[in-house]
This record gives sequence, C-alpha cells and structure tokens, in this order.
Amino acid sequence: MKRILIAGLAGSLVLVAGCGEQSQVTVYKQGQYQGKPDKQPWDNDQFKGDKVAWEKAIKARSGNQNEYSRVSTN
Amino acid sequence: MARMKFLCDAERCIECNGCVTACKQEHEVPWGVNRRRVVTLNDGLPGEKSISVACMHCSDAPCMAVCPVDCFYKTAEGVVLHDKDLCIGCGYCFYACPFGAPQFPQDGAFGLRGKMDKCTFCAGGPEDDNSAAEFKKYGRNRLAEGKLPACAEMCSTKALLGGDSDVIADIYRNRVLKRGKGSEVWGWGTAYGKPEKAPTPPTGAKS
Repeated sequence: MKRILIAGLAGSLVLVAGCGEQSQVTVYKQGQYQGKPDKQPWDNDQFKGDKVAWEKAIKARSGNQNEYSRVSTN
Repeated sequence: MARMKFLCDAERCIECNGCVTACKQEHEVPWGVNRRRVVTLNDGLPGEKSISVACMHCSDAPCMAVCPVDCFYKTAEGVVLHDKDLCIGCGYCFYACPFGAPQFPQDGAFGLRGKMDKCTFCAGGPEDDNSAAEFKKYGRNRLAEGKLPACAEMCSTKALLGGDSDVIADIYRNRVLKRGKGSEVWGWGTAYGKPEKAPTPPTGAKS
C-alpha cells in the first residue's frame, strides 16, 4: 500500500513537472541601455589600454583626409 | 577628443558609390541592407548634387529615444551603437530616423523583419573587439584598430570625411576657404565659424 502511495506521488510529481513556469517578463528601466556593456576602443591587444596612443592613431588617420596638408608635406 | 562625425562635401561627391561598396565589402553586409547609400538631387540635370548618407551618429539620437527595449547606447566618442541581442525588430527607430539609417534584413518567410542593422562608424558592437561574434553581428571594428570608417578612408575625392568632428570641420573649413566656394551658404558661421572670430553684435543695434 505504502509503495503504491509513493509511486503514485512520484508519478503525479512527474506529471506536473512540465507545469512549472519561469518568469519571462523583462523589467526595463526607462531610458537606460539594457544590453551588454561595451569596452573602450583602446582596451584591446593592439593598444593595451593606452588611450593616448589610440587618439594619436586616429588623429593621424584623420589628417590623411586633408589632401592640402598631404601635398605640402610630401 | 570630441565626437565622431561624418561630413559629406556635396561639391566633391561624384556619385561613384565607392563608399557604399567599401562598406558592403568591409562588413560583409547582406543583400537588401544598405548601411550607406548615395542620394542624388536633380539627377541628370546640370548642377546635380550627390551626397553620401548613413547613420549620422546624432548627438541627440531619436532612435535611442524611441527604442522600446533600450538597445541603443552611445560610446564615449559619440558613436551610436546597439545591441542586436536585445533588438526586437519593431522598426520604431526606422520611423524616427531622419536619415533612413536603420535597415532591416528579411529574416524568414512572409517578409518577417530581422534585427535592425545600421552603420556602426566601423566601431562594431558590445561583443568583444574584433571577435567572430562581433564581426558576424556588426561587422569589422576598425576603430579598435586605430582606423577610421572604411567609407571615408576609401572616398576617392575625399568628399566624405569621417572622424573627430573638430578635425574634419577644420579640414572642411580650410577646403572651402581655399576653393572660395561654400562659405556663403546659410548657417556657415554657426557651423564652421571659429568661436574666437565670432562677430560682436553692434552696440545699440537691435539684433
């Protein structure tokens, strides 16, 4: 009798196991970015966190767009 | 460093679509998605003008304001980026954007919209810099390599300038002063007039 009761309880537990529900509602904070955080462009293997070196590289590239200065220096 | 911006010189753009091609090639952008395009006014008529348009990385971006899941963020350099893992493809940003920058790839049957895709200023996304995941979702991260956007660097006539707004504004200002054309346009003083040379209002006169 006891075995049947235990088996019955275990069986009912198995049957209702699929009825559990996880909360699927995401709570959004108004006006705040909700995604993954991004790293700074200089925080990588190339620049190793050296912001000044990165800014220097970008500035050099920006200057290359000015053909007046490129012509006068060459 | 100031904000990162694009600037297109309509006097120089020859509608070669080199910027469009460079963007497509650099990021392996799928068919149907155009992160950058060239718009021509009065096409075929004398004096036609072309301009290259993409996300302008607005200082006060309307796409960020309307996004219902807040998937947009702005980097310290002023580049507007988004997290595709959060995007639900609702299209609100497309309606809000005055430049038509947000693009939606067809994802599946019945014209189902995929996650929004747009110009990243070649700055990738929130995934690890230059990782395979970042390239697949957002394309190459040239900024993390110390390079400027491919479209601007590829531009043959240097009509499209990209980079630190102070630097490219200086390049454009010098160019216009040298060629003697362009500074007559409305708003020139506001946009490119140097602050130290701002005209003082005449005393006693009504402004």
